[in-house]
Amino acid sequence: MHITKRKEMPIGQAIAIRLGAIVVALVVCGVLTACLTGLNPVDVYAAMLKGAFGSPRKIWVLLQEIAILLCVSLALTPAFRMKFWNLGGEGQVLMGGLASAACMLLLGDKLPGPALIAVMFVTSLAAGAVWAFIPAMFKARWNTNETLFTLMMNYVATQIVAFYTIRWESPKGSGKIGVINQASHAGWLPQVGPSKYLLNILLVAILTVLVYVYLKYTKQGYEISVVGESVNTARYAGIKVERVILRTLLVSGAICGFAGFLLVGGTDHTITTTIAGGRGFTAVMVSWLAGFNPAVMVFGSFLLAFMDAGAGEISTAFMLNHSFGDILTGIILFFIIGCEFFVNYKVRFESKREVAEGV
Amino acid sequence: MAQQQPAIRMRNICKSFGSVQANHNMNLDVYRGEILALLGENGSGKTTLMNMLSGIYYPDSGTIEIDGKRVNISSPKDSFDYGIGMIHQHFKLVNVFTAAENIVLGVKEKGKFNIDAAVERIKEICDTYGFDVDPYQKIYDMSVSQKQTVEIVKQLYRGAEILILDEPTAVLTPQETDKLFAVLRNMRANNKAVVIITHKLNEVENISDRVVVLRKGEYVGEMITSETTQQEMTNMMVGRQISLNIERPDPEMKYRMKRIVVKNLTVKNREGVTKLDDVSFDAWTGEILGIAGISGSGQKELLEAIAGLQPVESGSIEYMVDVDEPVQLIGMDPVKIADMGVALSFVPEDRLGMGLVGSMGVTDNMMLRSFRNGPTPFTDRKDPKHLAEVVVDELEVDTPGIATPVRRLSGGNVQKVLVGREIASAPTVLLSAYAVRGLDVNSSYLIYDLLNMQKGNGVAVVYVGEDLDVLVELCDRILVLCGGKVSGIVDGRKTDKNEVGLMMTKLGGGEAQ
Amino acid sequence: MFSFLVSFIPRAVVQSIPLLFGSTGEIVSEKSGNLNLGIPGVMYVGGICGVIGAFFYEHSAGGELNPALGIGIPLLCCLVGSLLMGLLYCFLTVNLRANQNVTGLAMTTFGVGFGNFFGGSLIKLVGAEIPTISLSATSHLYRTKLPFAEGLGWFGQIFFSYGFLAYVAIIIAVAASYMLNHTRAGLQLRAVGEDPATADAAGIGITRYKYLATCSGCMIAGLGGLYYVMDYANGIWANDAFGDRGWLAIALVIFTIWRPNVSIFASILFGGLYILYIFIPTGTDLAVKELYKMLPYVVTIVVLVISSLRNKRENQPPEHLGLPYFREDR
Repeated sequence: MHITKRKEMPIGQAIAIRLGAIVVALVVCGVLTACLTGLNPVDVYAAMLKGAFGSPRKIWVLLQEIAILLCVSLALTPAFRMKFWNLGGEGQVLMGGLASAACMLLLGDKLPGPALIAVMFVTSLAAGAVWAFIPAMFKARWNTNETLFTLMMNYVATQIVAFYTIRWESPKGSGKIGVINQASHAGWLPQVGPSKYLLNILLVAILTVLVYVYLKYTKQGYEISVVGESVNTARYAGIKVERVILRTLLVSGAICGFAGFLLVGGTDHTITTTIAGGRGFTAVMVSWLAGFNPAVMVFGSFLLAFMDAGAGEISTAFMLNHSFGDILTGIILFFIIGCEFFVNYKVRFESKREVAEGV
Repeated sequence: MAQQQPAIRMRNICKSFGSVQANHNMNLDVYRGEILALLGENGSGKTTLMNMLSGIYYPDSGTIEIDGKRVNISSPKDSFDYGIGMIHQHFKLVNVFTAAENIVLGVKEKGKFNIDAAVERIKEICDTYGFDVDPYQKIYDMSVSQKQTVEIVKQLYRGAEILILDEPTAVLTPQETDKLFAVLRNMRANNKAVVIITHKLNEVENISDRVVVLRKGEYVGEMITSETTQQEMTNMMVGRQISLNIERPDPEMKYRMKRIVVKNLTVKNREGVTKLDDVSFDAWTGEILGIAGISGSGQKELLEAIAGLQPVESGSIEYMVDVDEPVQLIGMDPVKIADMGVALSFVPEDRLGMGLVGSMGVTDNMMLRSFRNGPTPFTDRKDPKHLAEVVVDELEVDTPGIATPVRRLSGGNVQKVLVGREIASAPTVLLSAYAVRGLDVNSSYLIYDLLNMQKGNGVAVVYVGEDLDVLVELCDRILVLCGGKVSGIVDGRKTDKNEVGLMMTKLGGGEAQ
Repeated sequence: MFSFLVSFIPRAVVQSIPLLFGSTGEIVSEKSGNLNLGIPGVMYVGGICGVIGAFFYEHSAGGELNPALGIGIPLLCCLVGSLLMGLLYCFLTVNLRANQNVTGLAMTTFGVGFGNFFGGSLIKLVGAEIPTISLSATSHLYRTKLPFAEGLGWFGQIFFSYGFLAYVAIIIAVAASYMLNHTRAGLQLRAVGEDPATADAAGIGITRYKYLATCSGCMIAGLGGLYYVMDYANGIWANDAFGDRGWLAIALVIFTIWRPNVSIFASILFGGLYILYIFIPTGTDLAVKELYKMLPYVVTIVVLVISSLRNKRENQPPEHLGLPYFREDR
């Protein structure tokens, strides 16, 4: 068996392969579900659909989940295009959320509503940006491995949030902060239209366009692409690689901080150590699978958010564990990851006999 | 000799990479007890053919026989098992390992792993052939020729019967080359088969018994070395009678002035090794200044220092805006140089790793040095697109479209894109490194014409080259570097290739990495 | 102070053993150039597979456990489960040349889900009041100490008070260290991680070495999960209880600069740091304890930074870490 690199696959064929992989993955998941639980896989999928789209509220929740996951994916993408493996989305979101929560708690009764939200916005972005800037600084200056650095920063952030959770816990001894400014709604993002989620969704939609334009049509986006391709080429073109790394990670971290701001100010109105919910990692996969293209990420976010919502439903409907969704998600990811091979490479089979005949 | 059974027999070998046919119906016989030279220009398919013997590539079609038996070499391991050892141009050595560790790597020996016993055997081999290797030295501490020695010892340690060397002398001083050839003759005496890939005729004459000539991926013919002449080999290799007949218009007097004045330039690389040592010269407007030297003699550092990409230890590089208006370039980066109004173009050696962005199309590559233009934070793609169309059209770049990633283009077309962009910016200085490396004859002549055109426009052209024939026919003056020092500057019209060749090695050659 | 150490060290050690398994496994894998971020998932899978094996054996055997089977069945299940994870990772990254970071993260998602799902299912099977499974009989076997440990006072307390897996962890770490530095296989494995093209040209089977290293690495790491449940947690599985130890193990790899023998002490240090907050008197201020918990991570960052500052060739990650290898790339 011999493997060669493909020249270029027509876009339609490439999409067909990827869709095919998802279909095969769903079938495998179905068979697995039937084997493990004895349930009819069709029922399971029906339940998942119901869980995701069963009621207007569920649809809103699903859209909100897509929006936040997409937001974090968008955040990581500029860094990834530069081949800077920012695995610290989790921590950056947490720090952004913490900043928002801190503003709500400490300034809730001191500032008028719009001013408070403005302050929250700025501090959240700054907090996320700082959290990404620290590893970027070391990467730019001393080429410190960023994958591992950003990974560690997640846990530092988690502990900082844990610290403040206890400091600010309410009521005392509950171990959590609880809904902040329940009465005054100070620092809560205003509800737009029929759902409190709509504003978040709209903001992320705008952000998607912005990131797309930033990467594709701006000088800074161009610099990111060049640095990601070859540092030598970047230097040759007079691009200051260190500065691009720092600037891009500031952007990346700030958008993560923005996701934290949306979570705390827009929906949860509190902060917990698990508010990022693993999205920092899921977003890595979304971004990568989309080939770092913001438009394609919408679909990736949809798929993963749908799996999660559906899994929630099966866990209640069939008394299955919620983690079943993680297993299904994992399987689907494996298939999507694996199918990229067939997009990029060509496999040629050659039987041993052909060679043996000549002897 | 030809009556005995060949050690290797290759028949009708074909191999292509994407749309590039690297080998087409290749035939080759190698006998024991002989040194075979595989002669051909860059890109003629020599290395590809040998890589199929060493198991790096697998042929698309064709047959290979070893000692009369049809074999299937699908991995380097298979290749070893048939006693084939190849020394690649890029050494296959693990940097953080010692010489001994590299030598024993992959060797199947019975019994407990014992590096000290291996060291003893390595020392024996070194004594037999007269190598000088410290088995405990780390590879990253070694010079190029030391690394090559380790490679050869490695093959001998493994008991290779058929040794293939891919342009082994490109990085060696004459003395080192002599030493290497002595070793090869020793091996021939031991009834081993040796294949040496080269494009240098004097080496073919010096070392080989038989020579096989390849051209553009095809087998052209073979001769007994003692019965042929350099002229005949050249004819076969190039395919037509050449003197190269490169045009060399006389510099126009109206432009005559110094453009770049380099004084006492000293450059060290990141490891602190001196790469340029007290280099001084001038580049004039309206002339092509050639730079010759064994590879790694400081050519790269010299160009990059002028282009603002290489930190400088001491010395000065002045750009003369006018006869008495110098601008200091040291301490500037490419953007600052451009901002001062110095129109400096640079065609670097590493085309896809430095001069171009492989994953981007022609259009996006056109704006690599000019994307900052315009007042908005957005890039302007209109002008680059127009430029891309012009370049593709005028230089006859063979590409499916201007959006196709340039990585997919062949070497010659990649170079056309790069040179096209660099001369489009109407430079006053054009630096080029190995501008025709790997290019076919037509593309090469196109590049020479472009350079001459720039010269005619009064540009100061600096041409770093490796082919002495080209250098002495194209350049007005030739600066010869040797181990980071200037061993002389000669008039291109009065010198010949032997003189330049001698100067390249006068100071002991390009020992530095 | 002395009595503090006698009580502190054994606790640090039991805390460290899962980390040691995890980091040794990850080092072996990384030496082959495979940056396996799926290790946290693998450790979950290893743990839960052991639990499943023990669970069914305990239930089929009634009260009386055959010690050999009681230890052997969970051990075997754990190894098989982790091996399958390793094979999956290798198939995707080596054969299909998928991105290692993404594959690893997907494996962690999958592995943690797998652990919690089957954990949850078993919990439902027994219908217990609290959401845990208790395998005290198996755990008892795993926690059996050396018979003479009791008689040795503080010395026995510090050195001999652990279940056999703890010693296995140390033996594996020492063996891995020896293998990497003093055997032909180790030399060739390191070559694969440093420079696969060179190793390939030297006739070393890249695919074989990557598979062997990564799969055995996963099996070693899986044992960490098993140790955690059976020994550290007294045979009690609770979902998510294993926490982020998998990531801490990956941190340890950097901390030890890819040396399993150093990892023995480093993991104890990490284990100590991990539980230090319990011993530091903070009065009623529970919040400060949370800050102490970040110590292992901060220390890892510091080491990461220092080693990149010193920039010594031998202390860098394997040069080809995280990159796929394709022979015909050009």
